[in-house]
Amino acid sequence: MSEQTSEKQTTGAVQTTGHAWDGDLQEYNNPLPRWWLWCFYGTAVFSVLYWFIYPSWPVGQTWLKGFGSVSYTVADKATGKEKEQEFRWNTRSLLLEDLSDAANNQQRKDMLAKVQAAQYDQILKDPKMMEFVRSVGKGLFGDNCAACHGRGGQGVAGMYPNLTDDDWLWGSDMEQIHQTLAQGRKGYMPAFGPVLKPEQLDDVAEYVLVLSSETASNEASERGKAIFHGQVGGCYYCHGADAKGVPSQGAANLTDRIWAIADVPGQKNLQDKKNVVKNFIATGVNNTRIMPPWKDRLSPTDIKLLAVYVRQLGGGKQ
Amino acid sequence: MRHEHIETNSALMLLLILVVISIGGLVEIVPLFYINETIEKVDGVRPYTPLESRGRDIYVREGCYLCHSQQIRPFRDEWLRYGHYSLAAESQYDHPFQWGSRRTGPDLARVGGKYSNQWQVQHLKDPQSVVPQSIMPRYPWLLDNDLDYSDVADRLRAQRAVGVPYSLTQQEYEANIAKFGKEIADQLDINQAQDSLLKQAREKNFDGIPNKVTEMEALVAYLQVLGTMVDFTKYDEGYFAQFR
Repeated sequence: MSEQTSEKQTTGAVQTTGHAWDGDLQEYNNPLPRWWLWCFYGTAVFSVLYWFIYPSWPVGQTWLKGFGSVSYTVADKATGKEKEQEFRWNTRSLLLEDLSDAANNQQRKDMLAKVQAAQYDQILKDPKMMEFVRSVGKGLFGDNCAACHGRGGQGVAGMYPNLTDDDWLWGSDMEQIHQTLAQGRKGYMPAFGPVLKPEQLDDVAEYVLVLSSETASNEASERGKAIFHGQVGGCYYCHGADAKGVPSQGAANLTDRIWAIADVPGQKNLQDKKNVVKNFIATGVNNTRIMPPWKDRLSPTDIKLLAVYVRQLGGGKQ
Repeated sequence: MRHEHIETNSALMLLLILVVISIGGLVEIVPLFYINETIEKVDGVRPYTPLESRGRDIYVREGCYLCHSQQIRPFRDEWLRYGHYSLAAESQYDHPFQWGSRRTGPDLARVGGKYSNQWQVQHLKDPQSVVPQSIMPRYPWLLDNDLDYSDVADRLRAQRAVGVPYSLTQQEYEANIAKFGKEIADQLDINQAQDSLLKQAREKNFDGIPNKVTEMEALVAYLQVLGTMVDFTKYDEGYFAQFR
């Protein structure tokens, strides 16, 4: 090859492929530059080395696993203690290394340990921990909660509760919020359509509107009140004698002007408001208000962070 | 053979191109069939019940895979957002698998149990009513269409033909009892396919409409089982790394 190059340089004669088209069209046959060739041979040699460093060829029922290794820390299932572990190079152990590097970020690790150890009321009082909860909680909330409750926690009227107000169906104590997140919740209210007569439903709806100051007390609402607090309706079993709701039942506070399901604020006149309340009382809630349990999907620390995050969205009960 | 001969004979050239290209595929794919650890040793993975299987058919029919993947890769961001990375074992009964290749919407490999049935129904009917910023189209007909389950046994028989352990004979049924337990084995029995489809629909009522089996029922049943079969709390972190 080198002879050819020098020949070209000295004599100007270049070898051709020996082929002629249309009588006089010929094709040069220039050799590749030597540096280029050596790089090419180099890549071939490197690929052989590569086979041995990284997982590569199948061999029978197994494969060449390579000499590379990755070390990471994982929590021991039995003792809960962190242990250093080393494993051969593959994408799965690289992930573990990446995760433990992130977990070992000292600042984050310190804050997580602090939050893990702290009681809920300590976290709520500590501005530094709350800042941490807000920044980590935002991501957790976006990934897991926002699909139902909305990105800002505003909920979907009639379907998913607003988390930014101070009305808490299942209670605003940290333990109650924790329980809601970890175990999930299932809202239930019996359908009163089959139990009460239409005019009784009217009366109860009237009374419910009086409770939330939508209208003034009147004859119909007094009849409704008797049903609400009597054996016929028995509404007070769940909503309480003061109609302020019973968190252990997930029963709503009927004395405020916050409506979780019936779209009262969206109605123009009193009759329409009464109708939506009446329809709701007639059909009740069954299998339509479900919060899934998160204890199998999220770690206890994640649930703790989310509980505080959700609580600070709307504040506790006033 | 002279190169000129190949270049001037297009049929021969085509054939040889196919041979050369298929070598690349065969070298990468074939060993996976006889390497012992391709499919991780893990408990809990079972074939879909007749109802879930019909739901999967609807998933394919509506082209969900065009926007949603079903494979969580072993990267930190995916781990944090979607959960544990997908295992080969988890799609061992999928024919064809629904890994997808594109994420216009989120990955669905572990969507099972994440949201309530009611949310799934509402979201499929009108995604923007629950997630205002979503660009997903609406699928309202799923609630209107009755599910056609008349051919469910044939569909399972086809799956059985490619190796999914739905049982046809008493012997296969008993093997399924040993492997998956009686409750699951009943649902994997082709002879009772329609009955167990109706039974599951009646008991779970995924679409929220009692006494009616809609296409929504099947699709939600399928979505709610995705990624829920393996209990990852039973395995040490790092256990699954040994299979790669």
